[in-house]
Amino acid sequence: MSARVPLPRWVDVALLPVLNVMLAFLIGGIVVMLVGQNPLDAVGIMIYGAFGYGSGFGYTLYYTTDFIFAGLAVSLAYQAGLFNIGPEGQAYVAGLGVILVALALNGLPWLVTVPAMIVAGGLFGAAWAFIPGYLQAKRGSHIVITTILFNFIAVSMMGYIISKHLKPDGVNSDESAPIDAISRVPQLNVFWDLFKHSPVNISFILALLALVGVYWLVWRTKFGFAMRVLGQNPTAARYAGISNSRMIMITMALAGAMAGMVAVNNVGGVQGRLILNFVSGAGFVGVAVAFMGKGHPFGVALSALLFGALYQGGQELAFSMPGITREMIVTIQALVILFTGAMGDMLRPPLERVFFKPPDNSSAEGG
Amino acid sequence: MHYYTDLILILDSTVRLAIPLILACLAGLYSERAGIVDIGLEGKLLGAAFGAAAMSAVTGSPWLGLLAGIGVALGMSGIHGLASINLKGNQIISGVALNFLAAGLTTFLGQSWFHRGGFTPQLSQSQRFGPISLPYADQVKDVPILGGLYSELISGHNILAYVAFIAVPVTAWVLFSTRFGLRLRAVGENPKALDTAGMSVTLLRYQALIITAVLVGIGGTYLSIAQSAGFNNNMSAGRGYIALAALIFAKWKPWPALATCLLFGFLDALQFRLQGIQFPVIGEVPVQAIQVLPYILTVVLLAGFIGRAVAPKAAGQPYTKER
Repeated sequence: MSARVPLPRWVDVALLPVLNVMLAFLIGGIVVMLVGQNPLDAVGIMIYGAFGYGSGFGYTLYYTTDFIFAGLAVSLAYQAGLFNIGPEGQAYVAGLGVILVALALNGLPWLVTVPAMIVAGGLFGAAWAFIPGYLQAKRGSHIVITTILFNFIAVSMMGYIISKHLKPDGVNSDESAPIDAISRVPQLNVFWDLFKHSPVNISFILALLALVGVYWLVWRTKFGFAMRVLGQNPTAARYAGISNSRMIMITMALAGAMAGMVAVNNVGGVQGRLILNFVSGAGFVGVAVAFMGKGHPFGVALSALLFGALYQGGQELAFSMPGITREMIVTIQALVILFTGAMGDMLRPPLERVFFKPPDNSSAEGG
Repeated sequence: MHYYTDLILILDSTVRLAIPLILACLAGLYSERAGIVDIGLEGKLLGAAFGAAAMSAVTGSPWLGLLAGIGVALGMSGIHGLASINLKGNQIISGVALNFLAAGLTTFLGQSWFHRGGFTPQLSQSQRFGPISLPYADQVKDVPILGGLYSELISGHNILAYVAFIAVPVTAWVLFSTRFGLRLRAVGENPKALDTAGMSVTLLRYQALIITAVLVGIGGTYLSIAQSAGFNNNMSAGRGYIALAALIFAKWKPWPALATCLLFGFLDALQFRLQGIQFPVIGEVPVQAIQVLPYILTVVLLAGFIGRAVAPKAAGQPYTKER
């Protein structure tokens, strides 16, 4: 068999992922049909729920914020060839940093508390991701397994800390004391009436800045270059004088810090307290977002918005369509990971046939 | 005598809690020995548990339930095989996707089929796998020490539990004493050598995935229609991941896998027994401290502080014939 002809760039970066996502939704639609509902109606309700009115849109952006941070935590590590399945645990532990700082500074205006929460959340998240990074770099433990294990360790550790130490006397549910309203991350509806009853807050702006920041770091700095070399060819990186183990540890810490911002959005902003299992799967959505977005911040932004819309639209759907529950969204998420991640090259051979141009014999170079 | 009865009871629940772990761990062993990393064990356990409970609830037969459980696991293994063997995709991503797929579909389909918030209907005794009394269990119950051991610990489990225990020596024999086992181990270490010898890497890996699916399917079935009387949301509760951790801890070997699963099951059983008990000096041991032990032990092992866990060499890598 002859060597494969590369696809045109736009097919590779745009058409193929879009076709994969459409395939995922097509199968999702078939499942909806199987339970006796009209998938087109479902899509209509979801689009209205996600974008049709102010606070619905605000909820969409609130979910998007979480997914951007979690998606960046996965894609940043992936650029260095590391598969970080740990944003769920990293965000959870970061919640501890956020609440400790917020309760210590409680009562001060948000201009003081929010930067402190960002730093604390970032540091705690980074620390939780650093350990698997260290174990990978220095002890050769497989990062996929350790990040999964660290998600579970985080659940037990945080469960203990919240129920035994942070829970104030006389409170029944497992949660910390609340942060005063003036010290919380301010919601966007304070500045902009459109988002009236929705929890979207300044963390969303922070997420947009993080997207730009990650792009700049990965594609415009020497550090980012070293990171990508490590991801694509660790041997070449070592020969070029890059310390692979140092890069692995720094990259994982940065990824963990990104995941930590999920805690700023939720603990510092929306709930204003540390609640048991507050991350509730956002970290895992990050895995889907990163693969759908091909690890690029622009792709991460688009797929985070898509998942944000799915989550908010899915809530709306669960209200108005009998037989459809929120778990339909988890199913679609799974299909998206499957088709854009694991089976991402399924459509490549047919596309190669479509876009294959026979080598031009008249020119000396040929194909 | 009081402590002895207590001990027997703890060991008895150890066995019960270890069974799904043993089945899932052995399932993962076949797959990873053949070079296919299976993060999706968790999802397969969950999917199989749902399939078994749903089928048993509808037809009333636990045996059909078992078939359905294995069927679901086979279907999921098929997807995993297609993605990681034929399409040469990333096996970890495929496994992650399967876990989400099971978490989403079981609750979604459960809700739209049975309308009980994701639960399947409560199963009656005849729709489940009941305990089997081994011969003379009742007669020897009062014999000191050995009687309790036999009648409580060894007798009185269901058929799937005995299958799990039989699967361990069988796996050890298949893996280390048969031609198939040799090839299976080779395909996980050096697929190219097998290919050169004229054997099909694809076929061997699919065979491994089928065995994986059957074992984990039995494990899932055990969860929903033997241990419990029906399916409930996310009832696998991380057992697939624990099994994966146990597999690493056991260094991909069947007998150590049994020992590790029993140890993890014992920790699980202990966690229930120790709740609310005050110890001198340390006081009450927090449940979370025991919950977290299997994970911490595995991390410590992975970090190479107690021995070294070396995975099959070709695990996680799709095999491409040279072009």
